[in-house]
Amino acid sequence: MIRLPEPKAEILARRPAILADLARLLPGDAVIGEPIRLKPYETDGLSAYRQMPLAVVLPRSTEEVAAVLRYCHANGIRVVPRGAGTSLSGGALPLADAVVIGLMRMNRILEVNLPDRYAVVEAGVTNIGITRAVEAEGFFYAPDPSSQLACMIGGNVMMNSGGAHCLKYGVTANNLLGLTFVTIEGEVLRIGGAHLDAAGYDWLGLITGSEGQLGIVTEVTVRLLRSPEGARAMLAAFDSVEVAGQAVAAIIGSGIIPVALEFMDKPCIHACEAFAHAGYPLDAEAMLIIEVEGSEAEQDMQLGMIRDICARFSPSSMKLAESAEQSLAIWKGRKGAFGAVGRISPDYLCMDGTIPTGALPFVLKRIGEMSAQYGLGVANVFHAGDGNLHPLIMFDANDPESFRKAEAFGADILKLCVEVGGCLTGEHGVGVEKRDLMGVQFTAAELDLQRAIKSAFDPGWLLNTAKVFPLTDGERRAA
Amino acid sequence: MLPATEEEVAAALRAAAAAREPLAVEGHGTKRAMLRPVQAARTLSTRALTGITLYRPTELVISARAGTPIPEIEAALAAHNQQLIAEPPDPRPLFGGDLPATLGGVVGANLSGPRRIAWGATRDHVLGIRAVTGEGEVFRSGGRVLKNVTGLDLCKLLTGAHGTLGVLTEITLKVLPRAETSGSLALRVPDIAAGVRALSAALGSPFGVSGAALLPAGFGALTGCLALVRVEDLAPSVRYRLDRLSETLGGFGEVARLDEAASVALWRAVRDAEPLAAAPEEAVWRLSLAPSAAPAACAALGAAFGAKLLLDWGGGLVWVAGPATEAAHAAVTRAAAGGAFALFRAPEALRAALPVLPEEAPALAAIGARVKAVLDPAGILNPGRMRA
Repeated sequence: MIRLPEPKAEILARRPAILADLARLLPGDAVIGEPIRLKPYETDGLSAYRQMPLAVVLPRSTEEVAAVLRYCHANGIRVVPRGAGTSLSGGALPLADAVVIGLMRMNRILEVNLPDRYAVVEAGVTNIGITRAVEAEGFFYAPDPSSQLACMIGGNVMMNSGGAHCLKYGVTANNLLGLTFVTIEGEVLRIGGAHLDAAGYDWLGLITGSEGQLGIVTEVTVRLLRSPEGARAMLAAFDSVEVAGQAVAAIIGSGIIPVALEFMDKPCIHACEAFAHAGYPLDAEAMLIIEVEGSEAEQDMQLGMIRDICARFSPSSMKLAESAEQSLAIWKGRKGAFGAVGRISPDYLCMDGTIPTGALPFVLKRIGEMSAQYGLGVANVFHAGDGNLHPLIMFDANDPESFRKAEAFGADILKLCVEVGGCLTGEHGVGVEKRDLMGVQFTAAELDLQRAIKSAFDPGWLLNTAKVFPLTDGERRAA
Repeated sequence: MLPATEEEVAAALRAAAAAREPLAVEGHGTKRAMLRPVQAARTLSTRALTGITLYRPTELVISARAGTPIPEIEAALAAHNQQLIAEPPDPRPLFGGDLPATLGGVVGANLSGPRRIAWGATRDHVLGIRAVTGEGEVFRSGGRVLKNVTGLDLCKLLTGAHGTLGVLTEITLKVLPRAETSGSLALRVPDIAAGVRALSAALGSPFGVSGAALLPAGFGALTGCLALVRVEDLAPSVRYRLDRLSETLGGFGEVARLDEAASVALWRAVRDAEPLAAAPEEAVWRLSLAPSAAPAACAALGAAFGAKLLLDWGGGLVWVAGPATEAAHAAVTRAAAGGAFALFRAPEALRAALPVLPEEAPALAAIGARVKAVLDPAGILNPGRMRA
């Protein structure tokens, strides 16, 4: 289990006064103090970790966020920003002495400008909500994390969320133009705008993916893209993981960049098929889902080229969707992968390392060996185009030993990802989950440099404390 | 100083920091006339720090030392039918000189060409860096994989920092296959406002436009304003998409189709802002605006000093050339309100006298000063380059 720092006793002791102060700063319904109403905020998408916060505030405007931050800064109170609470790395896990600033009431779309292809939205607008607002005109917001129905754009910015279509469209950082950003001192800063290249240092780039360490984002200017004429998927199954990996390399090497290129291993194929009845080949060791975009004729041409490439690797089966409906059927199992694994195991940990794609066969072989060694099942989903690997480790949360083993297994997988030239997290963030593994990827000096950059924004370390960075010696002693 | 290894860069910076001796940090020094003059007696060049250190075509990544010339990287990529995604400009037409840009220079300045509108800026493709702080400490950020959110993204912080936050020693970029072919449409439009509307319609179409520029009247043989739209893809797709775009754009003016050779030549000229290069005594500015704000900005600059203009990124990038005077600079500053500007090329006296970038809000400037103090506490890296 990952330790949280000891709460500041004097903050806990002042809780009633702090609640009263917050109630003076914000409208009455925006401050939550009763335990039963705090309960929903005690965890996020990493539900193995739970901690009741000191208080929750639900501001409706940037000015209210700034007022809360000014107050917390003046009083040395820690804050934990929260969007929809879908973080899989515990990014929104509260602390006992922290005020959770929930942004879900800031859910207005402030401006849509289709000629200039951008929208300005508040941080609490859902990811899918942006696309819904513009899809009638044929536009969309590109990053599509699998939690996109629930997750909020403010959280996407903080975690630099990805999705299944990053290979073509990039991640959150590549699809932003501007932010309204509130510092811990309560200063409201406008970063970027509706233009492409901001002047000076790339604050937008530094803040994106900073996991709430630098400040709180309240408004976001996102790029909008015109949707393609259509998209279609195909499926190719192979008798070995190595051969499927070679097929991926051959597709990329051929010069075709599919809009999505997903890989599933045998345990994952079985779990998804049992759940979704998508018609997946149960005898295959590995399966690819490949999606292309364009007109009908362009889709036919690209799928034909990819089919010919796959054919060189003796696929055990291939299926080309002939309609949008057949495409959906192919995607159905993959999109339900996490739920499908949840059905065959009481609990699972979803890991999120990235590896050089060429290392996939070796990494999957090692994960298989570790699975046997730990006695825990694992199913692997892989964004094969960009190297982002999601091993789903199955365990039983009611058995502390099983949880301990699952965490150790996960840590071993992430160390392996770093060893082969990859990284700890491709899109879920470090959060609390991978905090103590940061030393695997970075030297002590590199971590100190990142800490110093955080200090330049948040000298008192009040923002999302105990996430991302391993606790310092002093914090460890206190814990 | 010409360090040939990262250790030599670190040693040189440690010594300079100890002596509090400011350094001009550069690669080939192709862009010395960009932004403010650096106040330093000595120069640290990365031009001896060369070579591609890793290239995995099937993983879409390339790593090279900072001093590697861009043409060397482009040639290595071309051998595998791949390319730099952001299409960075060649500085030679605008800045003169014989040497090409280095990788470190392009990343340090975050320079991107026409393809930026569709596929992102240089900063979007920097996957990893190795760099040395102003105290001589080597650090890494990012890595060599396409998706990575581990820790603070110092790659983005150093990209576009013009060498003021550290000396880049090695950079890993995402690359992409080169399209099988490309083609363009040229559209004669009555004025800039109509041109931006046409480009907006093209970029708002589902036909994958990868270049959208506007050449105002007065260049070469051009009699009217010329809007250019490019598609890069498989040959049948390029044919199909240009057909469909011709329909989309027909209402804006007379459409002509350019073949691949003409298209490539024209887009190279747009990339390098060649039409503005002719008068070396003039100043050149780059404005980044919401495209629909560009026509008014262009009109104001035309009225103020008869600005020569070139628009890219659907109107979102406005290249401006004009007299190297404070009055012209003041007009540019006003025209860029709501967006951003950079004094991209000018005689030294002008660059030394003026803010070459927009002012930052005081709270942001204070954060910037603290970040600078973390990475370059002695203030020795390119002092004065971005701001006085």
